[in-house]
Amino acid sequence: MPALPLDEAGKYVAAAYLVFVALLLIYVAIMASKLSRIERDVVELAELVDEREQAAPQARAKETVA
Amino acid sequence: MLTTAFALVFFYAPNDADQGFIFKIFYVHVPMAIVALVGFVVAAVFGALHLRSQESKWDMRSYVTIHISVILAVGVLITGSIWARASWGHWFVWDEPMLVSFLIVFLLYATYWPLRFSIEDKEKQSRYASVFAIVAGAFVPLNFAAVRMAESFTHPQTATTTTSAPASVTLTFLVALAGMALLFVTLCKYEMASKHATFRLRALRRRLAGDDDELSLTGRSAAPQS
Repeated sequence: MPALPLDEAGKYVAAAYLVFVALLLIYVAIMASKLSRIERDVVELAELVDEREQAAPQARAKETVA
Repeated sequence: MLTTAFALVFFYAPNDADQGFIFKIFYVHVPMAIVALVGFVVAAVFGALHLRSQESKWDMRSYVTIHISVILAVGVLITGSIWARASWGHWFVWDEPMLVSFLIVFLLYATYWPLRFSIEDKEKQSRYASVFAIVAGAFVPLNFAAVRMAESFTHPQTATTTTSAPASVTLTFLVALAGMALLFVTLCKYEMASKHATFRLRALRRRLAGDDDELSLTGRSAAPQS
């Protein structure tokens, strides 16, 4: 088969490279959403630890009163 | 590295005498295929190390390597189809061994996640997944050798393409291959870090909740536990 003219071949070449870039971007976007979920979890756990730390002295005080 | 490779592709490497400008697809399609296939073999090595040592880190590495390799394999199939359409006038040529064998390898590895998900017991899951990675990984070079031995009329062979090509083509190809390999390693490390962080958070949450039951918060998953 003879080589395609540049204006026609260019479309195919651009499509192939765009597929590669799109795959990479989709992967990075998915990983970014996972990262934001991890960040939310870290915040949630930090709040939980804070709550426990605040609750611990109050519980100890109640024990000493009792 | 990949940016340099793509710059070389469009500003340094000459157009192919036979295929013309379409040959530029070679520099993204072939490195992706090579890195994906090597990734499958590396996953098999990690699987063997997991079976030998019983350490979950090797199962995790095997899982992540297969994941990234399958993503690259999707890219190989799509870019290959585009190249085939431009060169041969068809999206897929069913009597071409190289194309069909790659599709078989891809479909084989596509069953990896259903296999993992179908096994609830985490220890069994990781063991069976490692066995799968080894068997499928051994199939990859055998398959490749069989295809090489088969007479091919249409699909160009990379070794003959790069050895008989001008130095500019070989250099561009090697830079693209190195770039793709580095991208592969980076993505593997990125995903592994993300998975480790997720599992550490889950473990921390379990400890805070005072829950000893591993599955109560994580649920059933195809991903390995580390």
